[in-house]
Amino acid sequence: MNGVGAVLAKTKSEGRAALVGYLPVGFPDVQGSIDAMVAMVQAGVDIVEVGVPYTDPLMDGPVIQHAADVALKGGTRLKDVFAAVRAVADAGAPALVMTYWNPVLRYGVDRFADDLAKAGGAGLITPDLIPDEGAEWIAAAERNDLDRVFLVAPSSTPERLRSTTLACRGFVYAASTMGVTGARTTVGDAAEVLVTRTRLMTDTPICVGLGVSTGAQAGQVAAFADGVIVGSALVRCLTDAASREDGLAAIRKLSAELAAGVRAGR
Amino acid sequence: MTDHPSSTGGGTRPGRFGSYGGRYVPEALVAALEQLDEARLKANIDPAFQGELERLHRTYTGRPSIITEVPKFAQHAGGARILLKREDLNHTGSHKLNNVLGQALLTKRMGKTRIIAETGAGQHGVASATAAALMGLECVVYMGTKDTQRQALNVARMRLLGAEVIPVSHGSATLKDAINEAMRDWVTNVETTHYVIGTVTGPHPFPEMVRDFQRIIGVEARAQVLDLVGRLPDVVCACVGGGSNAMGIFHRFIDDESVRLIGLEAGGEGVDTDKHAARFSTGLPGVLHGAFTYVLQDEDGQTLESHSVSAGLDYPSVGPEHSFLRDTGRAEYRPITDTQAMDAFALLCKTEGIIPAIESAHALAGALEIGREIGPEGVILVNLSGRGDKDVDTAARWFGVLEDGLHPDGLHPDGLEQQ
Ligand SMILES: Cc1ncc(COP(=O)(O)O)c(C=O)c1O
Repeated sequence: MNGVGAVLAKTKSEGRAALVGYLPVGFPDVQGSIDAMVAMVQAGVDIVEVGVPYTDPLMDGPVIQHAADVALKGGTRLKDVFAAVRAVADAGAPALVMTYWNPVLRYGVDRFADDLAKAGGAGLITPDLIPDEGAEWIAAAERNDLDRVFLVAPSSTPERLRSTTLACRGFVYAASTMGVTGARTTVGDAAEVLVTRTRLMTDTPICVGLGVSTGAQAGQVAAFADGVIVGSALVRCLTDAASREDGLAAIRKLSAELAAGVRAGR
Repeated sequence: MTDHPSSTGGGTRPGRFGSYGGRYVPEALVAALEQLDEARLKANIDPAFQGELERLHRTYTGRPSIITEVPKFAQHAGGARILLKREDLNHTGSHKLNNVLGQALLTKRMGKTRIIAETGAGQHGVASATAAALMGLECVVYMGTKDTQRQALNVARMRLLGAEVIPVSHGSATLKDAINEAMRDWVTNVETTHYVIGTVTGPHPFPEMVRDFQRIIGVEARAQVLDLVGRLPDVVCACVGGGSNAMGIFHRFIDDESVRLIGLEAGGEGVDTDKHAARFSTGLPGVLHGAFTYVLQDEDGQTLESHSVSAGLDYPSVGPEHSFLRDTGRAEYRPITDTQAMDAFALLCKTEGIIPAIESAHALAGALEIGREIGPEGVILVNLSGRGDKDVDTAARWFGVLEDGLHPDGLHPDGLEQQ
């Protein structure tokens, strides 16, 4: 079976949360992003979110917006996403593609699912596709044995928590706060409340994202979630780096800190 | 056909117009969209809400707006009769207030205290700032920096009305990017904030709701034309940015099969260049800003930048109901170039003493073209969606009517790209 299920079962049996790391393809360039994803896996990230740069990322804060901008200006194409997926899979971690919906629609939903499976991908995270609109994708995922990760939010009603988690395979993405991506100094109580509410509805693992940037925060979230998702803080390692080597070193250092955090959480 | 708006879009699923529309949004917004849908469906059949909106339109907006026949302008259109629906005479100078007053009343009903809006030409931002001042709401308006420059007068108006205007400099720095930024604000502050989308796009229920607030244009105009001419018009013309003034005037005529509905898009520097906003000429169905509809996009589904001399039409996507009307053939869409629009702008000024918005000038240019096709027996109703005060500087530069140094500079020295 493809997907992230086996990894989440393993981290659970180890009595810890999984560490999920996000980086966008093409930042600082295609090869640079692939190198950073592989470095992240080597330093302890369990699952990689391979981000598709998009012109209108309305769920993203300034750090990821900037990275997407650079990636697109540098000529990053959808085919590069499949190359990154292949590299992550070869490095030994499941790769979930995180994408806004229009690039998949334009490529063709079935064709995208086929090519993702062929590249060794685990599935998709879809920030602007709710299951209500996702029938075509869910069918294509089923045919290809791929995960589909949908989001729940603090504003989700009990009915929506139920219907959304029912449509998820792999894990449920719990958006910890109302807002866009970006590091925050505190991870508020809303995340824990949301995870508790979501657990009433499903046995599928629940990973928490939006705002985590340090090992200590990862530890806090790991105490109540099955996985901790980190995005902007990792991207920032590359944004702030003076050179390619510095960027990779910063990625390794932060990944290791976060990996220690998810192990210290319980 | 009754005078009540339909509550479904004619599609098979709620919020769909054929296959177009839908709700492509982060889950965090779904609860707010459901709350809004419930509130507006209740309001649609609530005499108290309808009465309050009707009173505001009568005593504040200045409705009903008149129709004006423009015979001297029409001489340049092969002699067809041309009638203008004068949305330019509304308070704040465009059709935008029709929608904003409705949404502001809904905001209060939902117990929210803050509204946010995107704006391109600034007309929707001004209408939002106006309604916020009237009803005691906090108001934040997002506007691309390219547009804050070319529509500086409207930035000043919004600030005078007490709104905060936040310039958006990333991406193409136009309407599309202002919408992205407004969506980000909304996701963060949705508990207290209503996002007043200014046109018939976005996730369900916005396309349907905004159309329902704008359809008063067509309801009034249909009766006024019947009264003046004794029959229905042959053609109804409107410019199409997101498409709200066009849906507003088209909707009441949809069941009148003899009436051609023609939308005019921004052809920019020509649809064979990459500088235009003619979604129905080179766009393809896709998703942008929460709706499945025609979008200017590349092979990878990345949104392409649009271009138009008119900020209000400079948008790479279009309301989903227009996509449906176009695919079913009920409406036709044509591109009008910057030059055609500016020529029509000048002609209306000189022949009739009316300075139109440059957006509306696209509809006027369409009427000139169509009039020559249908001949002198024809009757064309044109939605004059707004007045041109905001565009005086752009037009003065385009036509070179001021001596150097006389431009109201300090406003926007690079206001016009053409020069
Ligand atoms: C006067 C005027 N007409 C038309 C438009 C285009 O919008 P829509 O297509 O929604 O009517 C605008 C938008 O700013 C406008 O100000």
